[in-house]
Amino acid sequence: MVDEVEKDSQGHPGELEISFGSHMGYLDFIQELSEKIGLMAGFDEDARYWIGLSIRESVTNAIQHGNKLDETKKVGIRFESLPDRFVVCVQDEGEGFEESDVPDALDPENLLKPSGRGIFYVRSFMDEVCYKILPEGGCEMRMEKRLNHQTQGEENEH
Amino acid sequence: MNIDTRSVNGVTILDIHGKITMGEGSRGLREKVRETLESGVTNILLNLGNVNYIDSAGIGELVSSFTTVTNQGGQLKLLNLTEKLEQLLAITKLTTVFEFFDDEAAAVGSFS
Repeated sequence: MVDEVEKDSQGHPGELEISFGSHMGYLDFIQELSEKIGLMAGFDEDARYWIGLSIRESVTNAIQHGNKLDETKKVGIRFESLPDRFVVCVQDEGEGFEESDVPDALDPENLLKPSGRGIFYVRSFMDEVCYKILPEGGCEMRMEKRLNHQTQGEENEH
Repeated sequence: MNIDTRSVNGVTILDIHGKITMGEGSRGLREKVRETLESGVTNILLNLGNVNYIDSAGIGELVSSFTTVTNQGGQLKLLNLTEKLEQLLAITKLTTVFEFFDDEAAAVGSFS
């Protein structure tokens, strides 16, 4: 399942790509993997928690709304650790969605709805989030988290 | 996820342990709240101090439990929020919806 993992000469974990069938049973693994890659990239504990949650929410969205829980359809994740930021792309085989169609989780009319907060949390905890419909089919959510260089430097001293 | 049930001064306290996440964890909470309401209890306090992880589906189940209990004329309140859970509730303005406490006696005493 793991296609590629490497560390570059600066010690960053480099790139990792995985793909898996659309099964919610993978969510705990994906979240833990995301937090571990976040650790390798130099994020502090708090940031790793929110990165793990954001990627978990993005994958949940890809499985549930993108691939409609069809286990034969794949979800792909590409983690890319750069010196100044961490980039994660989550792909599904769905038809995509319009960002403007996602209900506002903070609208008073939506506060008591049981769903609709996942993407809001991703937007809240990652620095940049964008979506695109892929020319070969499917949808990709791209998330970016910038590194706090002071935290990274402190961890490198140990 | 495991849920232990106890009763204090007419309030049913659900001590929740583990994860409340998409799938089994969130369904378990929904079923326990439904069972509690069916037993005739309408004052429910969710003790979340031992919930070590929650996602948006779990937050949704807290909201769903709140509306179910409220619609039946009861009250559902929260006890012992972790720092992360309180942050998740705050950024979605749900701290304006839920009553939450750090002290169990104060929480139990707040039910009318």
